[in-house]
Amino acid sequence: MKKMIFAALAALTLGFSAQANAAATINGAGATFPYPVYGKWAHAYNKETGVRFNYQAIGSGGGIKQIKAKTVDFGASDAPLKPEALDKAGLMQYPMIMGGVVPVVNIAGIGAGQLTLSGDVLADIYLNKITKWNDARITKLNPGVNLPADAIAVVHRADGSGTTWIFTNYLTKVSTGWAKNIGNSKAVAWPTGLGGKGNQGVAAFVSKVPGSIGYVEYAYALQNHMASVKLLNQAGNAVSPTAANFQAAAAGADWAHAKGYYMVLTNQPGANSWPITGASFILMYKSQKNPATAKEVLKFFDWSYKHGADMAKKLDYVPMPEKVIKMVEKTWSADIRSANGDKIWK
Amino acid sequence: MPAASTSKSGFSADQLFRLLTSAFAAFIAVLFIVMLAVLWHQSQPSIDKFGFSFLISSDWNPVTDQYGALIAIIGTLLTTFVAMFIALPVSLGIALFLAEIAPYWMRGPVGTAIELLAAIPSIVYGMWGLFVIVPIMASSVEPWLYHHLGFLPLFSTPPIGIGILTAGLVLALMIIPFIASITRDVFLMCPQNLKESAYGLGATNWEVVKDVMIPYGIKGIAGAVFLGLGRALGETMAVTFVIGNAYHLSWSLLAPGNSIASTLANEFTEADGELYTSSLIELGLVLFLITFIVLSLAEIWLHSGNKKRGI
Repeated sequence: MKKMIFAALAALTLGFSAQANAAATINGAGATFPYPVYGKWAHAYNKETGVRFNYQAIGSGGGIKQIKAKTVDFGASDAPLKPEALDKAGLMQYPMIMGGVVPVVNIAGIGAGQLTLSGDVLADIYLNKITKWNDARITKLNPGVNLPADAIAVVHRADGSGTTWIFTNYLTKVSTGWAKNIGNSKAVAWPTGLGGKGNQGVAAFVSKVPGSIGYVEYAYALQNHMASVKLLNQAGNAVSPTAANFQAAAAGADWAHAKGYYMVLTNQPGANSWPITGASFILMYKSQKNPATAKEVLKFFDWSYKHGADMAKKLDYVPMPEKVIKMVEKTWSADIRSANGDKIWK
Repeated sequence: MPAASTSKSGFSADQLFRLLTSAFAAFIAVLFIVMLAVLWHQSQPSIDKFGFSFLISSDWNPVTDQYGALIAIIGTLLTTFVAMFIALPVSLGIALFLAEIAPYWMRGPVGTAIELLAAIPSIVYGMWGLFVIVPIMASSVEPWLYHHLGFLPLFSTPPIGIGILTAGLVLALMIIPFIASITRDVFLMCPQNLKESAYGLGATNWEVVKDVMIPYGIKGIAGAVFLGLGRALGETMAVTFVIGNAYHLSWSLLAPGNSIASTLANEFTEADGELYTSSLIELGLVLFLITFIVLSLAEIWLHSGNKKRGI
């Protein structure tokens, strides 16, 4: 009996180690926003190649900490690092996937796309300067819409988040009052309102509190059938949050001149550009001690760029444009080297 | 193996047992000191920068790197106070009912139900609070308080269902099973002949409870209350769901606030920058000290009470 158990154990261990030899494991950590699509890609990629992709969705800040501590092969962040910060840490970054942040409201009688706001009005609502739904500045943007005299209940994220980073980045660009008093960060000192934990927390508060306004990632607004708001973009058009309009914002972006891919897609030019669009980034070291693993990471992301677009669209993300993918892969080949200077991506 | 009372090295099993158990006990003390030391050490950057003002400043601004704990401290204490205010009488009532008044067929099932409630993870209470309690509070309880008692600063902000009061209520519901089930056990341990003597002297049900059972079990009851208190002070998820997570100082229980534990849960993962992280750790240190002080005060109060009662 003992012998049999031993034999079984030995077979199991051998089996596992054989498998481990055949298939590498890629370890990454970071942003929660792209987690569903990375997970989907990882599953499909694993089926095809046997390579295991292990991604810990611990948040952008956590991802940056982990890559700096060198406990993972790549980090992921919703907010791009500034070129100086990248150079200081010896890191490089590239955009992987895009999405949009959408203001949502809960006002009796107002459905999706029936309310239009401009950037500075949105900022002043979050600054507690506009406190009633029938404020003259809101009614002026919405002729013919019956707005109640109710108080506006502001909802924001309670946790630090890339979504907040993108949202406050937009408000900073369109409102001098916001830029001066609050600023752009993953967590800010909100002048008013309730904090919900995570996208689902904000979505729950907005659907529970009458007269509320919040902001969530596009997928949450869609899946929870929330009343999204139209925004006036830089070109002065009222645009709806749709995948096509996110892509319009990305298409107009000048990636070629963005040093270190430091590119924020908020308030982009273009007739149809949704103004609160953002990209999620991957962080890797320029000098790789373990070129084989780095190559596996790049192979995975290359595969995802080329085969992952449809999976991403199904989950309401926006894939990167062809042009940008070509640029990114050129950067891989130029910037990522093994310890003795050899190119890893050819 | 033969059970030898002495091993070769000359240790008796008794001595070994004593050594082992004192090591376990010492482990708690060491753990306490190590945790305190680590928290203290890691919050140095924030202590150096803000000093005492950390405790009395209501600023919490990650953009400008200004941190103060006042709002979180007040939120923690207020929610705990509201929770104890509701939970204490209710759980004593439940315990007395189950130990004294309830018919025998009822005691077993209801007792088990309470113990089961005590085992539910707190996040379930949080979600239930958000999806069930919050709408009730927003549509009926808080509007009533606001319209009838709105002249008091305590209920002076518009009712939205999310805030300190709801957080306290959910906390209360969470700790009631704890306090009630332990207190019931304490009441059941009260010797029958003590109670019967009191009844024999003509005491009423209420007098027996007040003059025999509660004084007899006061230590155990206090222990149960401390457990509930400790849990309420440090509770994270249940509070995070319903407190509103807002850094605004308000007298009103209807306004959203923040607690130390929920601030930590919300912000730790995304905190970058040394000062931000260290301020969060200092918040943890503050919570540690608050819990320590509150429980010590309770202990002291209990001992002084003992002297008065002559126990």
